[in-house]
Amino acid sequence: MEEILAQAKKVAEEAEVFAAASEETQVQFEANRLKHLQTKQQTSLALRIVRQGKIGYAITTELTDHQALVSNAVETSQFGMPARFQLPAASSYPQIEVFDGEVDSVPTDQMIKLGEELIAAITTHTPGIICEARVVRGVLSIQIMNSHGGQAQYRKSFFSLGIEGNLTEGTDMLFVGESASSCHPLLESKPVAEVVLQQLEFARNRASVPSKSLPIIFTPQGVASALLLPLVVAFNGKTVLEGASPIGNRLGQMVFDSKLWLRDDPTIAYQPNSRPCDDEGIASQRTPLIEGGKVTNFLYDLQTAALAHTRSTGNGSRGHGGLPAPAPSAFIIAPGDTAFTEMVQDMKEGLVIEMLMGAEQGNILGGDFSGNVLLGYKVENGKIVGRVKDTIVSGNVYQVLKQIIAMGREAKWVGGFLQTPHIYCPSLSVASKG
Amino acid sequence: MNIEAVAQELAELIKRTGADYIEAHLEESQSSHITYRGRILESIGRATSIGGNMRALVKGGWGFCSFNNFDRLSSGVEIAVQQAKSVGNGVSELAPAEQVVDAVFKKPSQNVVEIPLGKKKQMLDEYNEIIWRTPEIQTSTIGYTDGYKKAIFLSSLGSYIANEREDITLRLSAIAARDGDVQQVGLSLGSRGDFSLVRGLQKQVAQMSRHAVELLSAPQAKGGEYTVVLDPVLAGVFVHEAFGHLSESDFVYENDRVRQLMTLGKQFGSAQLNIVDAATIPDLRGSYKYDDEGMPATKTYLIREGKLVGRLHSRETAARMKEKPTGNARAVNYRYPPIVRMSNTYIEPGSVSFADIIGDIKEGIYARNWYGGMTSMEMFTFSAGEAYMIRHGKIAEAVRPVVLTGNVFATLKNIDAIGNDLAMNQGGGCGKAGQMPLPVSDGSPHIRIQRCLVGGK
Repeated sequence: MEEILAQAKKVAEEAEVFAAASEETQVQFEANRLKHLQTKQQTSLALRIVRQGKIGYAITTELTDHQALVSNAVETSQFGMPARFQLPAASSYPQIEVFDGEVDSVPTDQMIKLGEELIAAITTHTPGIICEARVVRGVLSIQIMNSHGGQAQYRKSFFSLGIEGNLTEGTDMLFVGESASSCHPLLESKPVAEVVLQQLEFARNRASVPSKSLPIIFTPQGVASALLLPLVVAFNGKTVLEGASPIGNRLGQMVFDSKLWLRDDPTIAYQPNSRPCDDEGIASQRTPLIEGGKVTNFLYDLQTAALAHTRSTGNGSRGHGGLPAPAPSAFIIAPGDTAFTEMVQDMKEGLVIEMLMGAEQGNILGGDFSGNVLLGYKVENGKIVGRVKDTIVSGNVYQVLKQIIAMGREAKWVGGFLQTPHIYCPSLSVASKG
Repeated sequence: MNIEAVAQELAELIKRTGADYIEAHLEESQSSHITYRGRILESIGRATSIGGNMRALVKGGWGFCSFNNFDRLSSGVEIAVQQAKSVGNGVSELAPAEQVVDAVFKKPSQNVVEIPLGKKKQMLDEYNEIIWRTPEIQTSTIGYTDGYKKAIFLSSLGSYIANEREDITLRLSAIAARDGDVQQVGLSLGSRGDFSLVRGLQKQVAQMSRHAVELLSAPQAKGGEYTVVLDPVLAGVFVHEAFGHLSESDFVYENDRVRQLMTLGKQFGSAQLNIVDAATIPDLRGSYKYDDEGMPATKTYLIREGKLVGRLHSRETAARMKEKPTGNARAVNYRYPPIVRMSNTYIEPGSVSFADIIGDIKEGIYARNWYGGMTSMEMFTFSAGEAYMIRHGKIAEAVRPVVLTGNVFATLKNIDAIGNDLAMNQGGGCGKAGQMPLPVSDGSPHIRIQRCLVGGK
């Protein structure tokens, strides 16, 4: 890395090298049976330079040809954005635990056993269901070094456990699923299995739905599939800078229901999306985004922050190997005081939404969404009576989150990226074939 | 690093492994990208990548090992075989394959990645300028990518296939805003390395921008059931999402109930309905000569005269279902094993003109262009990029883009008119099992669907 940095410094004012190396092992089950064992090893080197005031960028997995990496970065810098930021100097980082040495030593046999247990639990409960399961463990190491003396490095372990089930009867298909992830080994299959069993119980009968406005409870998975993406986009400093965020000029204003609290938080120990610093070497911090319904912050990387005359919030992320851009680490929605069962009891007629398919295809910027209920249940007189099908739920995220009846008592992780309670909303448009 | 040299070494290593079958993929690629957000060129970059994998089959179990460190080739082979051994406890079944030794080269034009970035940027600048010239445009996004890939496939059958391919994608969107209301219209294109296909789009870009502004004053369609007419682009997405994924045999072959549902010979639509997947059509983004298991590409009828007549296979799914292999095992890159995927999927043209398709619709929706699509096999949702009301046989006012959703089986039966104007859409990228975006294309003539569920107020 030092060598690339030295070469780059000969042709550029500033340079930064980002190296990522990962190794993972995956156990995959198909059709209820062990099918695939995979290991993946991957290393990459990215170089960002500032040359004649402009940003150049190149990435490679060919680790030996440093000259090509530097010359690619130089070529792109002719057209790059003017650099407005300064790379960070050497600094100290918060102590955030994201590595557990135990993960790497979980034997493959034990991973296989976990998958088998999961599948056994579900196929015993519902004969005829066909499951795919996946158990993954791995280690990622990150190293950042720049021409300002900035230096960061950390190792992260990750472990995940997930299952999806399909039950087909005639042309009717039911899909259920759950997953969990952590930087610790997850050696208990039960918590994941129990969620799926609960879904199967709720979905046991079919229920019909009228086409009209109905109250809706979004489960944590439901929040992720229906409401999350517009917020991710709206709180992105870049969207705000462009004037395309509907909340961009509403800092400090009440935009949402006063029960809503949202923060970005990469500092929680042993969470897969936590890290001591972002991909530009800026220390991780908690950033409150919504406090009691009020918009309080947006998320920034170095360049966007400089253009917006503010400071990076430590949200520079390289996503799929490109230049750093603002992105959330993990969205945390604070729990309220109402149990899920109390929400259901409160409903005369309404829906519980677990998975909404296609909601992310709507007008994301405007917050409009419309999705088919892939997994959802009908509530009648305070009781879940069965699963709904052929039903579209439509709404606008900003309207939905402006008036919340209640927030759930327990917040749950969804995919390592979101922690949220159930959210109970008074009225969404429902169109159904019955 | 030279992947030919690595291939020579590997060819020896995989000869004697004790596995029932073993294959290796080696890959060397270059790509460039340019993205704009608003007026600002947000990112421009070049990437190079090199890597490979080995995949072994032992007693029905698969082991797979991907890497971009070439120092430990022999241990990689060992790991893949060892993994397969620890998984396998049945019988390996693979459809028979011929030994193939071949090389497929790209057209001898300039490698698209090597076209100077300045020239690509100049073209995008012009498009962006057109978007911004439109009044009430709030912002724009543009994403351009191109890639060149050289790959070598090796197998324990003695096959050795060298393959080059290029790919270009271009996505533009115009975002209009008024009083806190935001509307967006997009355009997606792609090509098999032919740069001229993404040039000269000035007219389309201008039209897209104007439409984004028009949508600000367009009403939202009332949710409910409509007679819906889809343009070739959206109908192509429909056939890909709603039917194509259901034809991928990896979902079918070990699921008895789904096998029953997808029994060959079953009537799925009217006698005019023909659905095809064909990687053999030249020069589309989903075209290839061999799939990633070294099987020759085919043209496969999925539905013929309304009846289910075929499905897409890997060597394993074909053997397990005792059907003919179709050469549809594809991997997005060396980091993943090949899985059953579509190539170029389309509805064959019928004989009805567009005027006749809409002629007798009293109130309906004309949905054009795509924004996205998803399927859960039985259910699908897809989003139109543009939508208009059809009133008394005529295209009437624009409405806000609609989400169409439904049950695949019911919807296929409800297709009651198929146009004569087949067009292929090259702008798509398909995602499955974490592998995306895989270059595919899809297409259709205009089609009419009765009683289609539309989301809205």
